[in-house]
Amino acid sequence: MQIYLPIAEVSVNAFLLLGLGGMVGVLSGMFGVGGGFLMTPLLFFIGIPPAVAVATEANQIVASSFSGVLAHFRRRTVDIKMGLVLQAGGLMGAALGVVVFNYLKALGQVDLLVKLCYVVFLGVVGGLMFIESLNAIRKSKKAGGAAPAPRRQRGWVHALPFKMRFRTSGLYISVIPPVLVGVCVGILAAIMGVGGGFIMVPAMIYILGMPTKVVVGTSLFQIILVTGFTTMLHATTNYTVDIVLAVLLLVGGVIGAQIGTRIGVYLKAEQLRILLALMVIAVCAKLGLDLLLQPAELFSLGDAGGH
Amino acid sequence: MRKLLLSALTAAALALLPQSAAQAAKEEVVLGLSQDRVAITATFDGSEILIFGAVKREAPIPTDEPLEVIVAVSGPAPSVMVRRKEKKLGIWVNVDSVLVDSAPAFYAVATSAPFAQVLNDTEDLRYRVSIRRAIRSVGAAMHIRGAQAFADAVMRIRERNGLYSLRENTVAVDQQTLFRTAIEMPADLTEGDYQTRIFLTRGGEVVSSYETTIDVRKVGLERFLFSLSREQPFLYGLMSLAIAIAAGWGASAAFSLLRNR
Repeated sequence: MQIYLPIAEVSVNAFLLLGLGGMVGVLSGMFGVGGGFLMTPLLFFIGIPPAVAVATEANQIVASSFSGVLAHFRRRTVDIKMGLVLQAGGLMGAALGVVVFNYLKALGQVDLLVKLCYVVFLGVVGGLMFIESLNAIRKSKKAGGAAPAPRRQRGWVHALPFKMRFRTSGLYISVIPPVLVGVCVGILAAIMGVGGGFIMVPAMIYILGMPTKVVVGTSLFQIILVTGFTTMLHATTNYTVDIVLAVLLLVGGVIGAQIGTRIGVYLKAEQLRILLALMVIAVCAKLGLDLLLQPAELFSLGDAGGH
Repeated sequence: MRKLLLSALTAAALALLPQSAAQAAKEEVVLGLSQDRVAITATFDGSEILIFGAVKREAPIPTDEPLEVIVAVSGPAPSVMVRRKEKKLGIWVNVDSVLVDSAPAFYAVATSAPFAQVLNDTEDLRYRVSIRRAIRSVGAAMHIRGAQAFADAVMRIRERNGLYSLRENTVAVDQQTLFRTAIEMPADLTEGDYQTRIFLTRGGEVVSSYETTIDVRKVGLERFLFSLSREQPFLYGLMSLAIAIAAGWGASAAFSLLRNR
């Protein structure tokens, strides 16, 4: 069934959008990522104008994250305090990111920068996670599944002032690292047009030392506010949020997220991480190849008014 | 030099004008459209417009050259930024760009015979009928060499997407008096006034032309959402968020109900 999108001004198959939304929703629920880094390129591919895709995707992430986070709330795997601290940093970062983005837009080549950002961050994050999870699996096999590695090292993170107790995560650490993580992810989120879950999740595990089970719910929780903020920003300045597109994607997305959250329960933390790592690496490889291989069409059309 | 030649041609064209006006009085188009407006609804899936008409004339049919008909439908024509990629330091990046001043979002030309036969080059230049002529890039040639390649890229990309088309031999002409054709419009239409031009030609020269517009508009829900997003963006944003939150909550509630049963 074809449906005409009022803002994007293109006609697309409604079931295709429902399917895409569902697929990305499953991943979102499983890994606590918004799925923006997958969905946005997919939307480009089916012919949605990039500006509309990025803005609408933010709105869709709100829905799937909200759906996912409710399931986590019920299981008490959301560290609300940590989430709020991260959000405070995230909003600062997002505002900063918009400034950086506009500066680069004035210089030109912003598309290239966004793509390079994707390749570098997805590559580094995916690679590190993959290696780490492989090691963890090997270790747990050797130890017969028992005796997990010591929970966290007492490093520089613990030497900082302004300590705060995060009960759900079982942490007593300074607020400076979470705020900094929030700022960094906020900047990247604004530049790359995604929720930032794929960076947030590893950052919470490896830098803050949060338990994996809590990480997913907390990440979803903080993504909601950041993407909600982004949606309003796009809707009021660029008029690029397509509500019909968003509804189609999010109907699939919220159902997918519920299924994903339940699948996530049955997987071990290491398995979860290795799957996420593989997915991140795959997207990175695809984007990297786009930059390296000669495109079939050397010319591209764009709005004269845009960058 | 090229510019000089162009203005010389324009001058020649202007000089010819009274004569063709006199001819136009001899043969005139009486036009009918199956619809003069296209309504874009939520389930809009392209549209086919039947364009038909008759030639009104006071004198007997001239016998020297056969009458040919050209129908050209053109969508709104905003300027387009065309960028070109080149390999730099191992990766493909945009190196230069040309602003094409005006390129219609949709352009279809239907003719009653092969294009070269129905319209000669001079007349094409004057009336801008062929796809190549419909795209205008005035300032580009000044600072970038090979600017034509950029205009060609617009044509190539849009032809591939079915937005530009030249349909030769698709206008049926009967007894040099009645003509009809159908113009198919794709699903990805932009809103606006679609300028529809009909040319009657003899021996490659335009003897009469007629112009009308087809109104392409969003209606109903599409219209409402589009207007809301432009006029009340804050409300529209809040509405989007509310729907997102409601959908997220709804799915979660539905699933926990299913599980508890």
